[in-house]
Order: sequence, then structure tokens, then C-alpha cells
Amino acid sequence: MIAQSFQYESPRTIKEAIELLQKYGDDAKILSGGHSLIPMMKLRFASPEYIIDINRIPGLSYIKEEGGMLKIGALTREAEIEHSDLLKKHFPIFGDVTKLIADPQVRNMGTIGGNLAHGDAANDHPAVMLALNATVIAAGPDGERAIPIDEFFFGFYQTALQPDEILTEIQIPVSQHGTGSAYHKLERKVGDYATAGVAVHLTLDKNNTCTSIGIGLTNVNPTPLRAARSEQALFGKELTEEAIAEAAKYASEDCSPSSDLRGSEEYKRAMVAVLVKRMIHKAAERAKA
Amino acid sequence: MNKQITVTVNGTEHTLEVEPRLLLVHMIREVLNLTGTHIGCDTTSCGACTILLDGKSVKSCTILAVQADGKSIKTIEGVSAEGQLDSLQEGFHLNHGLHCGFCTPGMIMRATELLENNPNPTEEEIRWGISGNLCRCTGYNNIVKAIQYASAKNRGVETASTEPEFV
Amino acid sequence: MIQCKTSKAISGMGHSMKRKEDARFLQGKGHYVDDIKLPGMLYMDIVRSPYAYAKIKSINSEEAMKVPGVVAVVTGRDLEKYNLHWMPTLMSDTQMVLPTDTVMYQAQEVCAVIATSRYAARDGREAVRVEYEPMKPVIDPYKAMDANAPVLRSDKEGKKDNHIWNWKVGNKEKTDKVFDTAEVVVKQHMHIPRIHVASIETCGCVADYDKVNNHLTMYMTTQAPHAIRTVIALVAGHVGLTEEKVRVVSPDIGGGFGGKVPVYPGYVIAIAVSFLVGKPVKWIEDRSENLQADSFARDYHITVEMAGTKAGKIQATRFKVLADHGYTDASANPSKFNTGLFSIATGSYDYDTSYMEADAVYTNKPPGGVAYRCSFRVTEAVHAIERITDRFAFEIGKDPAQLRMDNFIKKEDFPWKSPTGWIYDSGDYHAGLKKAMEAIGYDELRKEQAEKRKKGELMGIGISTFTEIVGAGPSKDFDILGIKMFDSAEIRVHPTGKAIARFGTKSQGQGHETTYAQIIAEELGIPAENIQIEEGDTDTAPYGLGTYASRSTPTAGAAASIAARKLRDKARKIAAYLLEVSEDDLEWEPGKFSVKGAPEKSKTIQEIVFAAYTNHPQGMEAGFEATHYYDPPNLTFPSGAYICVVDIDKETGAINVRRFVAIDDCGHIINPMIVQGQVHGGLTQGIAPAMYEELIYDEDGNILNGTFMDYLVPTAVESPHWETGHVVTPSPHHPIGAKGVGESPTVGSPPAIVNAIVDALSPYGITHMDIPVTPYKVWKALKDKGAI
Repeated sequence: MIAQSFQYESPRTIKEAIELLQKYGDDAKILSGGHSLIPMMKLRFASPEYIIDINRIPGLSYIKEEGGMLKIGALTREAEIEHSDLLKKHFPIFGDVTKLIADPQVRNMGTIGGNLAHGDAANDHPAVMLALNATVIAAGPDGERAIPIDEFFFGFYQTALQPDEILTEIQIPVSQHGTGSAYHKLERKVGDYATAGVAVHLTLDKNNTCTSIGIGLTNVNPTPLRAARSEQALFGKELTEEAIAEAAKYASEDCSPSSDLRGSEEYKRAMVAVLVKRMIHKAAERAKA
Repeated sequence: MNKQITVTVNGTEHTLEVEPRLLLVHMIREVLNLTGTHIGCDTTSCGACTILLDGKSVKSCTILAVQADGKSIKTIEGVSAEGQLDSLQEGFHLNHGLHCGFCTPGMIMRATELLENNPNPTEEEIRWGISGNLCRCTGYNNIVKAIQYASAKNRGVETASTEPEFV
Repeated sequence: MIQCKTSKAISGMGHSMKRKEDARFLQGKGHYVDDIKLPGMLYMDIVRSPYAYAKIKSINSEEAMKVPGVVAVVTGRDLEKYNLHWMPTLMSDTQMVLPTDTVMYQAQEVCAVIATSRYAARDGREAVRVEYEPMKPVIDPYKAMDANAPVLRSDKEGKKDNHIWNWKVGNKEKTDKVFDTAEVVVKQHMHIPRIHVASIETCGCVADYDKVNNHLTMYMTTQAPHAIRTVIALVAGHVGLTEEKVRVVSPDIGGGFGGKVPVYPGYVIAIAVSFLVGKPVKWIEDRSENLQADSFARDYHITVEMAGTKAGKIQATRFKVLADHGYTDASANPSKFNTGLFSIATGSYDYDTSYMEADAVYTNKPPGGVAYRCSFRVTEAVHAIERITDRFAFEIGKDPAQLRMDNFIKKEDFPWKSPTGWIYDSGDYHAGLKKAMEAIGYDELRKEQAEKRKKGELMGIGISTFTEIVGAGPSKDFDILGIKMFDSAEIRVHPTGKAIARFGTKSQGQGHETTYAQIIAEELGIPAENIQIEEGDTDTAPYGLGTYASRSTPTAGAAASIAARKLRDKARKIAAYLLEVSEDDLEWEPGKFSVKGAPEKSKTIQEIVFAAYTNHPQGMEAGFEATHYYDPPNLTFPSGAYICVVDIDKETGAINVRRFVAIDDCGHIINPMIVQGQVHGGLTQGIAPAMYEELIYDEDGNILNGTFMDYLVPTAVESPHWETGHVVTPSPHHPIGAKGVGESPTVGSPPAIVNAIVDALSPYGITHMDIPVTPYKVWKALKDKGAI
């Protein structure tokens, strides 16, 4: 398995990278972790003429807390996210999700920015970002812009990123007291794409009332999906079994999975319901801990 | 257009002219003739090509040689001084952690980083830790045991019996 | 406990000697076929068909030839000029090397691109333009039997349907009669799906033809180098490659499992190209090519029935099989055994009535029918009998362990003749199952299960007590393309008492370099450490049929033992001469002969061997060498008792294999460490088809999971922590009482797993699940029964 020939560029600044993107347009692909792109090139499903390797641009790999925001640089590797003490403290959901992404070697290369920018509904971070209400920062010829996660995923493998833009940072509001989050996916074997995956992020007050809720779904829709009706069913309500069951039902109805080797549409809808229920319980447990 | 790159492989620096599309695994195997690193799939699934790139275990079939410019690579050939097995190699030998030997170099390179990050892993952590490496022969029991052996030896505690657990 | 007759220093049989072959593999010095690099070597890549069935209208190589580095594009028409476009399969069917007009399955070789580098060959492959006229393929084997189905093998003169062969064994009339009057009859249809061995090393070769000397050296991934050399000579003898001009070298092999027995078109094309251009040609498959085009295993549709009494006595079995062979019958079975050794399907139970019938058909799928770590269709047989035995137990409400205990052939009844004519050599099935039940705590588990069932939790316990049949085989019945299935050993002991031994088999990870040395050490007392083992080079090794079907220990292992005994006889003569006593006055203990009653008068084997070169008795042939070709008098019949415990997540269908205990009986054990390792590995290759692996085709013949992304080889996470043990009933006819073990666990474990899953689901009336049993299938079954 060998890729078609291409020209290789390794810009040292974001500005330089953007200039290259402007120059080469659709014939160029950004190489981040490369673990989605290179396999596609080897199989010749993708044959870009230009590869713009952004790995040599300094300052894009970090996890930090700043002004009530958690900021993750686009080139931060999955393995760094998996082992980050800061994330373990605020967002155990990152431990849940990274453990289930591919395998340790892939996580040493794969980046969170690439995982999102690929726009693949089968990737795991999109659902988590939906649940966490993240904001994506993109740099382009006219400087930076902030894209709310709900406006980021467009269509099949499509995002709001323009051809001359680079995803540089992910921002997540730091959670307050009483917040918990959790992610799980069913997979045929470890490292597989999800049969169905669910991310839940919620805040409970002392009356067990849900004061914030985010639910994202993996690989059960052409695009990463926010389970909006499920969120509404819980927001401002007491977290009862009935409310949870209702939320689970809505999510299974509102997604749009297709039948494939992982199971039938009916199965996937049922699994969304099971996982929504289980992840709400897990997030709630963490919120109360 | 070829690119000139400089890589340090098992402690030796090489300056090479490479095609950008040259995969790191092919650079290692075919340009540098280090054939201990193997290829078992097309889809980043099997881990036979695992090496250490700046100390991190990675699958060299999914990395371009140009990406390794300026970096340090360690392959199975660089693990032990001539003839002197390191604790993982010894663990695999004493615990029958290999049959055909094809996945073994990748397994050992992966396990090297695993133990670096987690010197005393549980069986479950080991199993998850090598989940990017397929072995078709051993059924994994003895690979787990081999890594446990190396873990114990590295930490200077008594190693478990290397006799088969045959009842 | 395993008894050892030799000291650890000698490390004969029974010692867990650490493997001699490990050092090179551990240090990256293994030598696999893709590691070979020869001066001037060319690389080959293969254009493959996107269609399952199509006419080739044209092949345009113009653009490909413009790619820098591409030197040739070879088509079927090119090979036709040399009559090399067809080849025989191991089952005496025929197979295209490259097509001249029609492609018969997706991923079939269409033409080959030869270039100066791997990269250029791939670019050339992308640039070849092939025009096809797709036709409606035949994918379903039942539909292939329809009267109006298109005749796929129209290349065969007079062929009017897609039927390949019909096979039957047993007494139909008697069987039908028992079934007609039986108190209880259970029946189950099952599909043992198409799977792939997926050794981590794919297949490949370097064909190196030397024009000056008219000599071909073929480095290749083969489990049977000698047989392959003969096949090459048969196929290419007419162009001058007669057998003495061909050397086949099988270097280190990265796993075989049966997939490296057949001759694939890629090998033949590489030879043809090397022959034509006079340069070495390397061909290495990609994984996707390996999964999509190389021989598959299994693909048996089986209807199995069992008749018995209400009290639980098994009285008869009946089997009907439809075998999907794909485009050609390229199985790797002994010639006289269309269905391999499927007739072992009567199982471990004492009854005398059975009838089996099988039909094979052509479809537009890749050819094959090789084993997958299995001795010739034994896995299919064991799955059928062990599933139906559980169905029977369930039907009459008897514990499946008790039912088995009540029906087992008794230890004292061996040798035992099966209803299909096999003579089982030995076994102690009761002891095996008893040991497995104690190891896993069977009675406690049943109590736990009863408690869980009250709470609606799904827990299952599954048993498989199987009989294997390995060591093919006795020459009166067993051959491949006419060559009898003996195997060989040649031992040469050097003057200083160190030895080299060569074999007709070929290890692919089984540890022959260690175990063969241990067998010779056992017989001669020369430390195994000092015995070098070589295999895989047809120029040096004695002829043999290779390593597959767990045959190496039963055949070549026996040959080693007997060759060593010939040498011991010679050693006795030399010792008698040196000690000036009669041969009858000598006593042997491993490593030395001593005079009876005067143990201080002795000669070590090393002293004796030295004398064979320096001071041998007049009239005796000098040197210390022996060869033996071993023709086994019977097959060996290993057995096992496996118990599996599963917990099932009712909401998702997820299956957790909580425990798995495997008690194996492979006769005398040469190296417990290696035997245990073989069992572990075979078990993971048992859970694989039971829960994960299947090659899936759509109705147009497109493979839906032709990469490791979707062909789900288990990792260390899916693979449970196996618990293993053994009982020993030596084979009475084998020189060292060994039976072979490499495949037992793969053969025996799938039904244990499925029986456990079905047991867990049985409260909802679920009586069968086809493999692979996935969470989705479990969920669907529960849903269909209204359980969720």
C-alpha cells in the first residue's frame, strides 16, 4: 500500500501554512497526526497533490486553563489528553474517550484537532465536544475566528473550516461544582469505530435538578449529532428515572443511523437509548462525587 | 521532489534523500536494511511495524519518512547490546511469549513504552496497552506474562515463575 | 506431573526447554521472505478484479508502461504462449494463473506489473486500464445448485452444472431406521462461515531464475516446500524447470495456519516473469490482497441431527453438508478425502450408527477450503457434533456434562472403531471432563447460574468434549497429488558428538528447532542444546509433505525418534566393541551405555560417536548418520474437554467470556511450555471465528470486510486469560506416544463458547446461534423472543 506522489511542505508558522493553503487550494491536505489521512492515501482513496505538514509549527500543543476556559491546542496528541492530570481533574470524560480511540500507538500520533477537522461522524471527539459545548478556534488569512461547536459540523466529512483555514485550538468552559461527564461507545473490538457512542455532560444542583446538560452522539448520524430533544427533556428537571428514560427515547428517535456490519438501524437506535441512560447515570455519579 | 532528511536510528545518524511519500517503515526496512521491523497490514491495525519515535511507540507504516526528519528512532535492532537481551526480550524468551516471531519486534517496542509510562501495570492495563498489536500465534497469555516479568525485573522485585501454568 | 527420563542438561522429552529459535526473533534477526534482497531484483504488483464475475474486454497497459521504473505488464495472454496460464489445484481441479477472458471472483489476479521498485510497481498498477463486462455472479451456494443457475466452469468440457462432487459415508439405511423409531430426534442447521487464517505475515516470494545455469531458486512463504517443488516441476517442467533445476527455500514463516499450503497465482507469475527476464522478482501481498484473494477456510452449511433415548443415550447421527468452494476446489485435503476428515463428526460418544453426505459447489468467490489451524475440516465436524449434543441435552432436560459422561467411549474400549470407520487409538474422555469440571468449579457455577436466572441475569456455561484426528497419514489412504503423506528426518552426528538434523516439515512458529532436538535428545542423550535443526530448503532437507494439520509431531517427530533409535543401535555395537563385551551385556541410560553389573565400565554417547569416526569396528560403516521416512500406521486422536463461562449484557448483547478452561490430551508431551503455548494460541483462534471473524460478501460478490479494519482479529483485550491443563493417554502406535496438539484448541473451543452463549439465552427459548455470535446477533435473538 503506497500513496501517490505528492509535494511535501512543512511550514514553520501558521501564517506560512495559510499562505500555502491559499496557494494550493483544494489540491492540498493538512497533515496533522496523519492517522486518518495517510491510510486513505495508501489505499489511494485520497491522492492530494500537496501535503502541508503542520507538525513543525511550534505552539499548537498544550492543555491549559485560562480565564475560566480549558484550552487545548490542535496538535495535542490523544495520548497527552489521555494522561493529562488537568483533564483528569476537570473532565474525566477525556479519559473515557481517549482510551477508546484506536490504540496506544495511534494515540501517540493522532491529534484532537485532526479528529475534529476530519469531520467524520465516526470519530469520538465530536460527540464529546458537543456535550461540552466547546468552541473551535480557526486561523485564516484574516486572523482567528471562533466557531461554536454546533456550527462546526456541516455534512458528510464536512466542517465549517474554509479551505484556507486551520483549526488551532479547542476551548471548553471549565465546569463548575456539581458537574460530571462520561463517554462510552460500543465497539466490535477494541479500537473499532463506534457501533454507537454517547457523551454526556451535566450539572446537578443539590436538589438533583439538572442545571446544564449536553449530550452528543457518535456514528449514528451522517454528522456528529447533538441530542437536543433529550437535553430539553432533562434541562431544569429533576434527574429521575422517568426523565432519563424519556431522554434516552428521544435520542434513539432523533438519530439517523444506517445498517451496516456493526448492526441494523434498529439495533443502533436501541444502543443509543441504552448508552444515553448509562452515561447519564455515570455522569451524575461523577457530578455527585 | 525528494527531500533531504536526517534521522538518528539506534544511535547512528543518517542523512538521506527521500521521496516525500516514502513510508517510515520502508525507509527503515529497505533504505537502512533494518528488517526486524515488519509490515502486517495496510490499515494501521496490526502493530508489526511499531518503533519508537523520540521515545514514543508509533506505527511506522502510517508515518512518512519526512516526518521523522530531525528525530530519533529506535527499532528492535537497537534494543539490546549485541547478544545481551534486555528485560523484555528475556521475558518473552523465558515465558514463551513468541511463536512465529513476526509480531514480536512490534510487541517489544510497544511494551517498552508501556513500561516506561506505567512501570507496574495490571494484567488489564497490559492487555489494553498492547491492543494495537495483533498476534495470531500465542493467544496473548504469555505475552502478558513476559511483560509482567520485565516489569518485575526492571523494578528489582522477584519475578514470577517462568514455568508454564499447566495443571 | 510430566515425568522426564533425561536430566535438564540433556533436556529430552517433558522438559519445558526454552526455545532455541527465540534469539533471532527477539533481536530483529528473523529472516522472512520480505527481508530478502537480491541484486537487480524486480518487484511485482498485481491488478485485481473489482467484479466477482466479468468478461475482460481489454487490458490497456500503455499508460502503465510510461510510469518510470515499470518494465513489463504481464497478462494471461502472455502466459498462454508458454501454456502457463492455468495450474492444477491440490485437489486436482484447475485454476487460472492469470485470466485470458473471464474473471471469476472479486480480487482475482487480472495482470501483473513488473517494475524496478515496489513504489513504481504500485504506480504502474494504478495506471493499467482494464475494461470489463460485468455479469451476474452466483454467490449463494444453494442457488448455485439451481437447475437454471449459470454454469460457472464453462472452461470444463461438458460441465453442465456447478456441482463439484458428492461424498458419503456410513450406513444410510440403518441410520434412517434408527431415526424413524427414536424417542428423541433433534435437528439443527448451521453455517460455519468463510474465514481467513490472516497470519500476520502475508504471502510472498522471491523467484530467482538463473539463466546461465537454468536453475530456479524460489524463496517463498510455504508450509510444504518439497511438495511445492514437485508442483513447480509438474507445472513448468515443459519449459525446462525440471525438479533438479528447482530449489524451494522456505525461510522463517510469520504464521501459516494452513494458508501457506496452497500455490497461489502470484507465486507462479513471479516464477514466469523471472524465467522470462532472467532477474529475481519479488512479490509480497498487501493485507487486503491476502484477505480478499488467498484461500479461505470453512464455509460449510451443515444440517445435523441426533437420535437418542429420553434417558439420554445417543443412538445415531446424520449429517448433510453443502460446501461452498468458490471458483475452484482449491482445498488442501488429502486427495481421497473431498471433505477432509469431516467423518470424525461422530464425536467422542459410544454409538454405532451414522450417515454423512456432502455436496460441493462452485460460486463466484475466491477459491480455497484450506484449514484454519485445523486438521482438514475437523472444526466443522466438531462444531456440528458438539452443538447437537448440547441441543439433545437441552431437549431432554439433562445436564450437558452428565449427558456427555453417560455417552463417552470408555477408556478400556480403545482402540475403538467409529461408525464412519476410524480406529480411535486411545483416550480417557471421562478423566478429561472430570478434570475440567473440577478446575472451573462446575457445580458451583451451575448454582450461581440458577441464582442469576432468578434475577433475570444472563450467565451461561458451555462444554465441548471433542476428538481430533491428526497426523495424516498412513500411505494406504493418504496422499496429495499422488505423493504419500509420510514425513522424514535425517540425523547427522558430528565427531565431537554434536548434531544436525533435517526434516521434511517446516515450522511456522511451532518451535520445531526445540522440540525435534528434544526428541533426539531423549533417544540419544545428546543435549538438545547441541542439536541443530534445519527445515525448509529442498536442496538439503529430506523429502516430506510439510507442516499442517498437526502432522509434524505424529509424522516427522516419529521419524526423528526412529532415526535416532537406528543410531542408538549402532552406538550399542560400537560401545560393545569399545568395552569388549557383548551387546546384550550393555545397559542404556540417556547419554551412555554401561556394562550390566559394572556401571563404572561405560561409554558416553559422545565417546561412542567419536569412535564412529576415529576407531570404528572393522566391517562397520563409518560415520554416525541415519535417515528415516515414517509412514504412520494410523492417525492419532487427541482429545479435549473445554468449559467456557460467559456473562451477557442483556441490553446490549455484549458477551463477556469470564472463564475458559481447556484440558487437552495430546498423548506424551515433548515440551509442556510449547504445548501450553500452542493451546493458548489455538484458543484465541477459536474465539475468533466463534465471536469475531467472518468474510462477508454481498449479493454481487463484493467483499464487505477485506481489511483488518473490519475483519476482526482478536487483540489481547478480546482474548480471555486462558486456563489450561492436560491428561495423558499416549498414542499406542506412535514411537514416543505423542499425538499432535497445534490445532485441538481451535477445533474444540468454538462450540464451548457457543454452547455457553446459547445456555445463557436458553431461558428465552433460544436453542442455537450461528457463529460468529456477535452482540448484535444476541440482541436480535433476545428481541425476536420478546426478552427485551
